[in-house]
Amino acid sequence: MGILNLALKKFHGGVHPKENKDLAKHCPIEELPMPKRLYVPLQQHSGTACEPCVKPGDKVFKGQLIGRTIANVSSPVHAPTSGTIEAILDHVVGHYSGLTDQCVVLLPDGNDQWDPSLKGLDNPFEADSKAIRDKVRDAGVVGLGGAVYPTHIKLSPPRGKPVDVMLINGVECEPYITNDTRIMEERSREIVEGAQLMMRAIQCSSCLICIEANKPGAIQAMEKAVEGVPNFRVVVLPVRYPQGAKNQLIEAITHRQVPSGGRSTDTGATVQNVATSAAVRDAVLYGRPLIRRVVTVSGRGIVRPANLDVPIGTPIQDLIDHCGGLKPGVQQIIMNGPMMGTALHDLQSPVVKATAAVLAFMPNEIHNEPEQPCIRCGNCLEVCPVELTPCEIVWRAKHDLIDQLPEVHVKDCIECGSCAYACPANIPLVHYIRYGKMAVAAKRNEKEKTEMTRLRNQAKLARLEAEKAEKERKKEEMRLASEARKKAAAAAPKPAADAPAAPAAPAPTSTVESHS
Amino acid sequence: MIEAIMSMSGMALVAGLGLGYAAIKFHVEENPLVKNLESALPSTNCGNCGFPGCHAYAEALADDDQQVPIALCSPGGTHAMEAIAAILGVEAVAMEEHGPRTAYIHEEKCIGCTACIKACPVDAIVGANKQSHTVITDICTDCEACVEPCPVDCIEMVPLPTTINSWQWLKPGDPSTIH
Amino acid sequence: MSMTSLKISSSPFVHDGTSIPAIMQAVIWSLLPAAALGVMVFGWSALFVMLITTLACVITERILNAIRSRPSTIGDQSAALTGLLLAMTMPSNSPWWLCVVGGVFAILLGKQLYGGLGYNMFNPALIARVFLLISFPVQMTTWPAPVPLLSEHAHTLSEGLAMILSAPFGTPELLDALSTATPLGQYRTETGMGHTVREALGGNFGFDLFSAATGLIKGSLGETSAILLTLGGIYLLRKRIITWHIPITMLLGCIVPAIIFWLIDPTKYPDPLFHLVTGGLIIGAFFMATDMVTSPVTPMGQIIFGLGCGILTYLIRTWGGYPEGVSFAIVIMNATVPLIDQYSRPVTYGKKKSA
Repeated sequence: MGILNLALKKFHGGVHPKENKDLAKHCPIEELPMPKRLYVPLQQHSGTACEPCVKPGDKVFKGQLIGRTIANVSSPVHAPTSGTIEAILDHVVGHYSGLTDQCVVLLPDGNDQWDPSLKGLDNPFEADSKAIRDKVRDAGVVGLGGAVYPTHIKLSPPRGKPVDVMLINGVECEPYITNDTRIMEERSREIVEGAQLMMRAIQCSSCLICIEANKPGAIQAMEKAVEGVPNFRVVVLPVRYPQGAKNQLIEAITHRQVPSGGRSTDTGATVQNVATSAAVRDAVLYGRPLIRRVVTVSGRGIVRPANLDVPIGTPIQDLIDHCGGLKPGVQQIIMNGPMMGTALHDLQSPVVKATAAVLAFMPNEIHNEPEQPCIRCGNCLEVCPVELTPCEIVWRAKHDLIDQLPEVHVKDCIECGSCAYACPANIPLVHYIRYGKMAVAAKRNEKEKTEMTRLRNQAKLARLEAEKAEKERKKEEMRLASEARKKAAAAAPKPAADAPAAPAAPAPTSTVESHS
Repeated sequence: MIEAIMSMSGMALVAGLGLGYAAIKFHVEENPLVKNLESALPSTNCGNCGFPGCHAYAEALADDDQQVPIALCSPGGTHAMEAIAAILGVEAVAMEEHGPRTAYIHEEKCIGCTACIKACPVDAIVGANKQSHTVITDICTDCEACVEPCPVDCIEMVPLPTTINSWQWLKPGDPSTIH
Repeated sequence: MSMTSLKISSSPFVHDGTSIPAIMQAVIWSLLPAAALGVMVFGWSALFVMLITTLACVITERILNAIRSRPSTIGDQSAALTGLLLAMTMPSNSPWWLCVVGGVFAILLGKQLYGGLGYNMFNPALIARVFLLISFPVQMTTWPAPVPLLSEHAHTLSEGLAMILSAPFGTPELLDALSTATPLGQYRTETGMGHTVREALGGNFGFDLFSAATGLIKGSLGETSAILLTLGGIYLLRKRIITWHIPITMLLGCIVPAIIFWLIDPTKYPDPLFHLVTGGLIIGAFFMATDMVTSPVTPMGQIIFGLGCGILTYLIRTWGGYPEGVSFAIVIMNATVPLIDQYSRPVTYGKKKSA
């Protein structure tokens, strides 16, 4: 336990935006009535999209698999309630682009009947790592803090990298959002049980539940829940954004930095969100897949802010309607927090596993000022939690100096938004950085494609050449053979013994399709 | 004064002779520029630029008198154009704006003659004799080499749709940014 | 609600409310006590020098906005700040045309020709001051003796204005009678003639540290009060508009060599406190070198930059061709900023060698 001296370290930079958690932090979690229709996207996690395994007209149970994984880094999708599959179509999802993605449309039958084949482990708290991991994988559990990385992969630390400590992330540093606060207050036992199961899976002996000081209710509840539980402790952190980001939390607690491009287990720590922990418990104890989540509906544009327990796939509009609708003059509606969330184009976008909040903003809550020239004040450097030079990245992105972007480490940006939040010139730094990241990737792809084109073309030319040579050779052989025959015929009237010359044509040259 | 003029003239003379000698001594017959330029092109020899193959286009580019536009290589795209601009030391220009496209075979019309398969410089079309052909979109370079040879005009160049995975952030303030 | 009416933008959606005008305004506020003292000490003419210079800057900015058909940028108050800073480095009896020439030069050649705020390489106020110093050395180094507002010889408002407006072009002879050397000038002239520091500054010249620190000495109208300027600097530090890196290192860069040479030979080199309170070191360290646009953005870069400014200041003051070196030092260091920034980037998270 040498790692746990618990002198908290300040990670670099960070900001303290107005918390605005009062709007919803006292609202108990309430269950949303079953919507008329659910749109369940087949990609709700980071990794490869699922393949639908139901077809229109199929009847499904609650918790039945509807999208199966076809790759390693992926996570299955399940029916949030019992009902009929109406269609599999492209439907708008809460993406920055406002574009559509493949969704399974489910008409609930109102019975909400669980799939009878779903079962938990018999002795969950004595189960071995693999059994727990498999249950978590089959239940489609992903990180609910926002990254939606498949949890079963995080529960398989690489060999030779022991995990000393598991951090249960109840930091919830984004303003407005209170769903984790409520989960900690109302489901603290479940979180602890889920954490115990995950600790078994990764063979880790201690667990710290990390909560920022602005959530006294959650701290109290969690402290009560861990009373008498060995190796558990609640850690209270000073309020600072983005402390809930995995790498910053690890730095604050362990004083170590996750190597660039590495995994958190390189520091001997792993981070799991509180809601993920509760989901792991349901998966392992009862075999229940992740089909619901708690969503904070807040912002000054919402008539009655609330914390709702909603089925995945519920259109955002249904949540807003349940909360009394929008106030007149709402300017912007976003999914997730005001620092890292996504502006919604369309309220028919469904709730997904990554949806922690839906916020409706009035014009005075959000930033509307026009961009000014950079005055090089250095605020962005001061607040950047990963110690980048954001203004220099922006300069390069703005002037399309794409080749120079890697040298200022554009890839290491976590897009936390602190720089843009603190910029006196109102420069949308995160927007420029996203543009820059994509431009770098696009350029690399284009280069790769050009290279592939060249190789394929050379392969084709080589093949044609070989085919031509082969033809020539055959022709030559035929000629020689016929000459030989003629000669033989001329020399002796008997048919030649070596007659049907030409050995069988050689196998096609190896260049064919060698690059496909 | 005279001394200054004399010494400067002397130095100029020596430098001039040196340069003249170097020009003869280190004379290079083949233009290395052509080779450089050719390496920037995808060497698909699709002829889309209007020249018979990548080598011919590279030669034309290297010839100052011809003033050939640098943005003619559609399979190479912006990447090739920028590489050419860098080699020639000229400003990069905008590529023709039609966005990424792919060849699309209307399979109900295809008679399976394999003419397009022969024409495709990168083997992006698969199919057999008398069987309907199809294009492997990921490999297609948008060179249009297959369109002409098709006897039944069943190949069309279609824009690639933007999906969530291919969508890109535009720069802030870009007029086409949705704001 | 109609979907098209929703605003779409990239995160983050909230902002801490800082703005360029707020920053500029805070800097102006922090300069005002020293500026007010300048008026108190040197009379009404100081006020007019500040007004004319500031106006010249603001009007030039507006005209250039119009010429470049850009929206007006005078609202960001950076032009006003440039004018005020420039005026504070000028003698209190500068003729009106000197103020106008300085103001126009600062904005036109120091800022707008580079592309406006954020694009200029040199601090506009300082580059204008350097320009004036080289082009009009007599006017720029002829300081009137303090005539405090409430003293018996105090000028009236109209006398002060008349002093500024009636000054002829070219080299004025009238001013010579009024003028006396600044402590730095006195030190350089006298020690250059072989006198000791004590002989130079004591006796008739009567330098005392207290007057220098409070600003009751000859000098440019706004840079004499070390105490008020330091208070202004502390205000900026408290408001987190500037960080400690540049001012502290610039002061150290000048003071440390001063201590060393003073210990070596106190008859030849004045004590470090003399360097601290005279001339423009304080205004330079807190207000000129910290100009955001023309100083490095990285903390390490700011430290290098500050040290460079301080050391150059000491070098110029002690061995250079001019008695005062703050402006030259900062302008020279301004030119090195892109280089400093490039080589002083912080180590990004997760890229430290020893994890």
